[in-house]
Amino acid sequence: MSLDHDQTTDARVRERGDSAVLRMSESALAQLGVIDAPAGVAHDLAEDETMFINMGPSHPSTHGVLRLMLELRGEMVVRSKPVIGYLHTGMEKQGEQLSYLQGTTNVTRMDYASPLFNELAFSMAVEELLGLEVPPRATWIRMLLTELNRMSSHLLFMATNGMDLGAVSMMIFGWREREEVLRFFEKVSGLRMNHNFIRPGGVAADLPDGWRDDVLRLLELIPPRLDEYDTLMTGQPIWQERLQGVGVLNTAEALALGVTGPLLRSTGYAWDLRRDMPYLAYDKVEFDVVVGTYGDSFDRYAIRLNEIRESMRIVAQILDQMPKGDYRVQDKKVTPPPRARIDESMEALIHHFKIFTEGFKVPEGEVYAAVESPRGELGCYIVSDGSAHPYRLRIRPPSLINLQCLPYLMQNGLIADAVANISSVDPIMGEVDR
Amino acid sequence: MAEDGPVDGQDVDDEEIDAADASPQVELAYGVPVTRSGGHIVLHATPAQLVETAEALAADGFDQLIDLCGVDYLTHPGRVDLADTVVGQRFEVVVALINHERRERVRIRVQVPDDEPVVPTLFDVWPGAEVLEREAYDMFGITFADHPDMTRILMPEDWVGHPLRKDYAVGQIPVQFKGAPTTR
Repeated sequence: MSLDHDQTTDARVRERGDSAVLRMSESALAQLGVIDAPAGVAHDLAEDETMFINMGPSHPSTHGVLRLMLELRGEMVVRSKPVIGYLHTGMEKQGEQLSYLQGTTNVTRMDYASPLFNELAFSMAVEELLGLEVPPRATWIRMLLTELNRMSSHLLFMATNGMDLGAVSMMIFGWREREEVLRFFEKVSGLRMNHNFIRPGGVAADLPDGWRDDVLRLLELIPPRLDEYDTLMTGQPIWQERLQGVGVLNTAEALALGVTGPLLRSTGYAWDLRRDMPYLAYDKVEFDVVVGTYGDSFDRYAIRLNEIRESMRIVAQILDQMPKGDYRVQDKKVTPPPRARIDESMEALIHHFKIFTEGFKVPEGEVYAAVESPRGELGCYIVSDGSAHPYRLRIRPPSLINLQCLPYLMQNGLIADAVANISSVDPIMGEVDR
Repeated sequence: MAEDGPVDGQDVDDEEIDAADASPQVELAYGVPVTRSGGHIVLHATPAQLVETAEALAADGFDQLIDLCGVDYLTHPGRVDLADTVVGQRFEVVVALINHERRERVRIRVQVPDDEPVVPTLFDVWPGAEVLEREAYDMFGITFADHPDMTRILMPEDWVGHPLRKDYAVGQIPVQFKGAPTTR
C-alpha cells in the first residue's frame, strides 16, 4: 500500500494541473453537468463513469458541519473536496470590536476542544506588543493548564475516533476521562470550556487550594485507562486493519500543504514547537516528541495516544517545579487592582473601572506568536494601531490548513475509509470557520 | 540570520543594486527591503516581486508556508513599521514562513493598492496557500492571479461584499440569505 503511494506522490504534490482538478469548484462541477443533471436525462452508467455524492454538512462523522463532495468510481474515491464555512461567525471581525481584555473571551471559542491554547496564543501576542514579562508562576500555570488541555483534547479525539470507526465503548471511555480533566478546569476557572482564564499579563486567578492533589489524582487515574485503550484498540486486529495503511501522507506532501501537528509528525518528521522553538518554560521540562513512521491513520491515532502520556510526564514535572509568586504581572496599566483594594480606595475603583470600560492601550506594531496546539501550530497575528482594540486579529487555524490534506488522504481509498480519514485529521469546525 | 542576502539568481542581484541606488540606507534581503519585528524578519515585497522572493526563500530552506492573511489599512494609513522605501497601500497580504532547519521565521508584507487588488498566487511555490488565499479573497476582495480556484470559501457564494474590510460595517446590514428579500 505505502509503496504504491510513494511512487505517485512526488509527482502529485506540486503538479499544478492535478491539484487544481482535485480542488475543482462546485460551479465547475455543475458546468460539467455532473451534478444537478436535468431530470429525465438518461444516465447510462458506462464502465468508467463516476458518481458524485455529497457527505454532510450534517453527518455524524463530520465533526460538526464539514461537507465533502466525493467523486466515486464504484467504492473508490477518485476526487474529493471539503466545503466549509457553515460555522463562520465572523470572529476575526468581532475581535476588532473587542478590547484586548475582552479578546480572550472571543478567541477561546474558536477551537472549543482546546480553548486554553487560543487564549495563550492571543495573550502571548499582546504581551509581545506590550513588552510585558509574565511572572514565572503565571508561565508555569499556563503550562500546566495547556498540557492538561492537550490531554483532554486528545481524549476527545480518542472518543470521536472510536465512535467514527464503530468502537462505541471507546466513545464512552474517552468522554469519561475527558470529563475528569474538565472537572479540574471547572475548579480552576469556574468553567468546563471557554475558560477565559489565560489573559494578557498572566492568568485570571491563582490555582485553588488543593489543586496539587487534584492533578496527582488525574495522573494516577488516567495511565491505567490509557492501558485499557491499548487493550481495547491499539493491539486489536480489527482496529489495526481498519486504520493501518489508510490515508497515507508523506512528509513532502505535508510540508507543501502547510500541515502541522500530529499529522506532520505521523510522517516521521519530528517538529514540535514546544521542543524546537520553545515558548513558556518548555525548555525546562523533559519530554519526547512522538513521531510516526508510515503517516497513516493508525500512526496519527498512536501519536495522539502517546502524546497524552508525554503531557502527563510534563505535568508531573510542573508539579515539582511550580514556583511561588504572582500569578499576573503587577503592571498597573494592564492589571486591575485587587478586589479588596476597590472597597477602600477611590483611585483603585476608578482604575478598575477604566481598565474594564476603556481597556488598555497597546503600542503600534504587528506581531505573530505561535503555540503548539493539539492540532498543530496555532498562531496569532495582531496588528495594533495604538488603541485599546486590535486593528486586525488573525488566528492561524491549524484545523483549516490540515483539512487541505483530506483530498490527498482520500484519493484512491475506499469510501468506507473516508470516515477514518476525516476522523484522523481531527478538525474542529469552530476553528476552521471561525 | 538572513543578512547574507539573496541566495540565488542574477535577477535578484540586479534588483538589489537598483533599489540600493535609490536609497542606500535601506537594508535588503532576498532582494527586497527588510525590517525586524519581535525577533522575526519582515520582508517588504511588491506584488511583482512576491513570487521571485518566495522562490528564493523556498530555495533557502523556508519549506513551509505557515500563514497567509490580508490586512485592510483603510483607517490606519500612517503605520510606521514599514521599510523607508516602501509606500503603504490600503491592503496588505502578510505571508508567514518557517524554516525548520534553522528554526527561523520570516514574514513577507506585500502592499496591495486599493484600485488594483491583485497579487500573484503562491500556490505554485507552496500548495498550502490554496485555502488561505481563498480566505483572503473572501474576506478582503484581494484576487490572487492564477489561483486554481478563486472562489469564496467561508461566506456563501452569492454574498455581497468582503466582511473584513474596514468599510464593511458591523451589524448594520440586512442579513443575507438565499431567497430572502433584502433591501439591496
